[in-house]
Amino acid sequence: MTETTITDFSSKGYLNMQLLRFTTAGSVDDGKSTLIGRLLYDSKSLFEDQLDAVKRASVQKGSEHLNLALFTDGLRAEREQGITIDVAYRYFATPNRKFIIADTPGHIQYTRNMVTGASTANAAIILIDARNGVIEQTYRHAYIAYLLGIPHIVVCINKMDLLDYRQDVFEKIKADFNAFVAKVLPGEDLRFIPISALKGDNVVKPSQKMDWYKESTLLETLETIPIDKDHDMVHQRFPVQYIIRPETDKYHDYRGYAGRIAGGILHPGDEVIVFPAGIKTKIQQIDTFNGPLDEAFPPMSVTILLNDDIDISRGDLIAGAGDLPKTGSDIDLMVCWMNPRPMQLNGKYALKHNTRDVRCVIDKIEFVLNINTLEEIPGRTSLAMNEIGRIHLHTTKPLFFDPYTVNRQTGSLILIDEATNETVAAGMIL
Amino acid sequence: MKDYNLTHLRELESEASYVLREVAAQFERPALLFSGGKDSIVLVHLSRKAFHPASIPFPLVHIDTGHNFEEAIIFRNKLVKKFNARLVVGSVQESIDNGRVVEEKGINASRNVLQTVTLLDTIEKYKFDAAIGGGRRDEEKARAKERFFSHRDEFGQWDPKNQRPELWNIFNGKKRMGEHFRVFPISNWTEMDIWQYILQENIELPSLYFTHEREVFFRDGVWLAKAPFMAMKPTEKAEKLRVRCRTVGDISCTGLVLSTADNLEDIIREIAATRVTERGGRYDDKRSEAAMEDRKKEGYF
Ligand SMILES: Nc1nc2c(ncn2[C@@H]2O[C@H](COP(=O)(O)OP(=O)(O)O)[C@@H](O)[C@H]2O)c(=O)[nH]1
Ligand SMILES: [Mg+2]
Repeated sequence: MTETTITDFSSKGYLNMQLLRFTTAGSVDDGKSTLIGRLLYDSKSLFEDQLDAVKRASVQKGSEHLNLALFTDGLRAEREQGITIDVAYRYFATPNRKFIIADTPGHIQYTRNMVTGASTANAAIILIDARNGVIEQTYRHAYIAYLLGIPHIVVCINKMDLLDYRQDVFEKIKADFNAFVAKVLPGEDLRFIPISALKGDNVVKPSQKMDWYKESTLLETLETIPIDKDHDMVHQRFPVQYIIRPETDKYHDYRGYAGRIAGGILHPGDEVIVFPAGIKTKIQQIDTFNGPLDEAFPPMSVTILLNDDIDISRGDLIAGAGDLPKTGSDIDLMVCWMNPRPMQLNGKYALKHNTRDVRCVIDKIEFVLNINTLEEIPGRTSLAMNEIGRIHLHTTKPLFFDPYTVNRQTGSLILIDEATNETVAAGMIL
Repeated sequence: MKDYNLTHLRELESEASYVLREVAAQFERPALLFSGGKDSIVLVHLSRKAFHPASIPFPLVHIDTGHNFEEAIIFRNKLVKKFNARLVVGSVQESIDNGRVVEEKGINASRNVLQTVTLLDTIEKYKFDAAIGGGRRDEEKARAKERFFSHRDEFGQWDPKNQRPELWNIFNGKKRMGEHFRVFPISNWTEMDIWQYILQENIELPSLYFTHEREVFFRDGVWLAKAPFMAMKPTEKAEKLRVRCRTVGDISCTGLVLSTADNLEDIIREIAATRVTERGGRYDDKRSEAAMEDRKKEGYF
């Protein structure tokens, strides 16, 4: 890739750009911030005033070279502490793709941030310090990527410069990862890249020091990962978000169901069932501001008109008549607890699933997971912040759902503490 | 095989549409903060699309510093009429007259900071429970951590260290009496996305964004517009140059760039080649490196 093409938006090529969201996982000091800084810097996504600010700050901190990590370490509190404290989002683009990076910290108490960043990601970059190889925490990072259903995993073995860019180091770590981690977390699109975030090898530019590595650089990989199958294109799912009823003479009888398609490809004429009513009807029209569509697919926001006049409200689900979702009030799920106030067995919470609001009670904690060893610990009555466990809950009204592994939209939910209104858990339905 | 990928602009649009519909569904009295700048003009366009064929189900709120570019106000009034929208104006001048705020003095005086009080007063007066803003995470470091649904306490304050986690696209807008939310539907858009989208959708902008001749002067690396209320140092000289705005806000803090771009394609080319961030031209951010974070905590946009 030449330097000129990377910022070349002058053609109308951008009309065909795709969007890729990725997250980074790694332990403290593995080089996450440096890597993101390097990606932004080498892809010419940084501006002069940003560069100047970082140069000034680098000098102030007594750093010998440009401290790339400073580009991402945003808020004042964390600049003072020198660590990343929350999820921060970064943006850059090449002529092929626009990228959204969820920059999440690696310290143990921040599992919740990693889960947050992973929830919307197409790809995860798992960083391993070449000097340490696969360590306990590598399991945690891989597990979270797996649990959150991230379709593509890129393992970057970083700091290769400190080990003379040796191929045997890379091969050993790759073999260890395949033998121990990939074995327990199967089914992913998995790649390995040896890099030096600090020196820039194989991040944007191919390394001069590792000619034994013949595959793509990290950026090339991110630019070419196929993402068209990342959404569930099979099961037709349309959670009703908002009812559009214009109060004008022209649209007197218009009653549109607005929402974002969560699964499947929809067409006018398709037979659907509306939940919870259980009534069968057909899609009359898929409406948009730019006119009706012949087909629509995830993650498009559209407005659906139905053949029959049915009483439908926000929180209902329109699903393809051929492949119905599961329905019920008894839900098995994995949760990550995100609040300092622990989850209590028999505790009651508000629950948000797609556009549906219900209440629930936690009636069983099957086990808590030691996410560094993946060992299941039974017999617990609470779940603390940053813990992940398998639970069972009962809802006041039924949900219409799919397993998370089938559909990340209709399989996910959050719990809310009704006393504080805080979001306290992320749930992945089994 | 057919290609079922959305372009990045279509995906961003769909995401914004989803967020706007969530606001309409989850809140009783939402409002759209309309600055007159390109980001809020894009928000209005997105809102029209999201609720079509119904009209936009919330009013536009303009916090007026009184120090406006005339073109921006003319444009605002035209837009409100054309889209049959409802306009609410919160006046900084009124806040000054009522003694709610004290006008800054001196050469760098700006009403930009005073806006926060007027904004919070307006939110309280109309009992708005959600204020939709055009903030983007790429604009500034402190914004990079904003949520789509950003909780504000009963004093309108933001606590960046204690934010609700935001997972998938499930937005938690639950709040207590007196609290409100700031909502940022175009969080994930960059400046380039905005311009590309404006081109793709053929969205009308105020003429200020295109090249025009204007009396300007140079201060601390930024071109500022000459105006009756803009104090100038004796050493500063106004000259007539061809400029355009990269952002449009209160005159006192809107930096202008030297440019001959008179159409969207040229602006996009110019931005692709520009090596300074949009906010680099904002005089208000220069006060300190953490300026934005401090203002945001207090309730700024
Ligand atoms: N030698 C070397 N040092 C690196 C590399 N990447 C990061 N570092 C250093 O490792 C330290 C931690 O990096 P940082 O990006 O802050 O890690 P984070 O905690 O994962 O965000 C810093 O001193 C970096 O300069 C690399 O590829 N090679
Ligand atoms: Mg870091």
